[in-house]
Amino acid sequence: MIHQYKNNGYNIVLDVCSGAVHVVDDIVYDLIGLYETKSLAEAKGCLPQYTEKELSEAWEEITALKEAGELFAEDEYKDFVIDFKKRKTVVKALCLHIAHDCNLSCRYCFAGEGEYHGDRSLMSLEVGKAAIDFLIANSGSRRNLEVDFFGGEPLMNFDVVKEIVAYGRSKEKEFDKNFRFTLTTNGMLLTDEVMEFANREMSNVVLSVDGRQEVHDHMRPTPNGKGSYEHIMPRFKKMAELRGQTNYYVRGTFTRHNLDFAADVLHLADEGFQQISVEPVVASPEEDYAIRQEDIPKLCEEYDKLAVEMLKRKKEGRGFHFFHFMIDLEQGPCVAKRLSGCGSGTEYLAVTPWGDLYPCHQFVGEEEFLLGNVKDGITNTGVRDAFKLCNVYAKDKCRDCFARFYCSGGCAANAYKFHGNINDAYDIGCELMKKRIECAIMIKAAECSTTD
Amino acid sequence: MKHIKTLTNKTLKGTMTKGGCGECQTSCQSACKTSCTVGNQTCENNK
Repeated sequence: MIHQYKNNGYNIVLDVCSGAVHVVDDIVYDLIGLYETKSLAEAKGCLPQYTEKELSEAWEEITALKEAGELFAEDEYKDFVIDFKKRKTVVKALCLHIAHDCNLSCRYCFAGEGEYHGDRSLMSLEVGKAAIDFLIANSGSRRNLEVDFFGGEPLMNFDVVKEIVAYGRSKEKEFDKNFRFTLTTNGMLLTDEVMEFANREMSNVVLSVDGRQEVHDHMRPTPNGKGSYEHIMPRFKKMAELRGQTNYYVRGTFTRHNLDFAADVLHLADEGFQQISVEPVVASPEEDYAIRQEDIPKLCEEYDKLAVEMLKRKKEGRGFHFFHFMIDLEQGPCVAKRLSGCGSGTEYLAVTPWGDLYPCHQFVGEEEFLLGNVKDGITNTGVRDAFKLCNVYAKDKCRDCFARFYCSGGCAANAYKFHGNINDAYDIGCELMKKRIECAIMIKAAECSTTD
Repeated sequence: MKHIKTLTNKTLKGTMTKGGCGECQTSCQSACKTSCTVGNQTCENNK
């Protein structure tokens, strides 16, 4: 299977199953779509704008790449999935809901302003330690273990964060583990003390900011209705500088209220941030800020605009990273990882303040997905096994999609929220994902052409 | 080749045999909490 598209003056052909990516001229671009169904003579008849010699040369090149397994490669991974189902999974990442409480009242919060539709609650040190013990005990021979401090707002329970980190570090040598702690914060309580601690202990920090002040303040007010932008921005800038502009992300959400979100990404870049992630809101269709099907063309235009501007800025020596355009064509993930997806419910679990385990942070509060708790481990193995089987071949919508080895089936929580089935796919998310992949590969093509 | 420039060749197939060690980062843990991308992760199996 191939996928061909034009973007920013480049003709790009992806060979989906081999992972090969080609930039082609107009002749090959027009010819390749006919290659599998027509003979060369027939194809020549369909493309009178090219000479016979040009078409014969192009046909030969396509044939050579087909023989090399870099065009029209067969999908050989389906059998691999059968083994994959039998695999024994280990837990390697936890999302600790250190505080089900928040000091902002973000309108789009999937966590119900931090409470996850339950009561306000803070994780105790005892539960945090049990979570670390659970992770070590269930991680097999996996050395790198990830623990994200999440909320609500985790800094509302900062003392426990510090103590959990100390506890984890105290266990590293004994169990030959390497903890990678990360922190996701809205910045309201980001003091110098917190920064110093985070820069010493956190391998990544995620700083929540949506972009332009009016956009941010509209969606991320304080409980008394004031904007939070002016309070957090100086802190985030300081944090980014202290971290040497690496190993952090400013992360925003865009909604129907700012479909021109490229302006928000560029605003963050203009403010000096070099690691930026801004993603579409996922919300029930009845919300006024939810993205609708009809918004997709506008959003795709914005991704195109952003990609072109990023290339321009890079050329001018003021480039930045946009998380959703990052793609590793050479050293990317193996097929096993690409088939299994994000690992929710198997490798990646969320822990509530009272120690319950869920497949990921988005499932917290959905009682049918309760997996167990940090003391007794996973007792609801049925749910875990359902996630184990959740892969691109289990999803009808993914089977013939060109993006399946890049997105790996998408977000199970979004699929569940929109269709009540983790093996479905959230359609608007799919369209935007495909566009991002096309832009990311175009950027690679453009960078490659400038280095030649 | 005159008409085709290859940016990357068949990188996927080679990973069928050596892949699956699982030392790589969890996809949703870095900078997205809602729109997971796996293709932008880096393999950590070459250390």
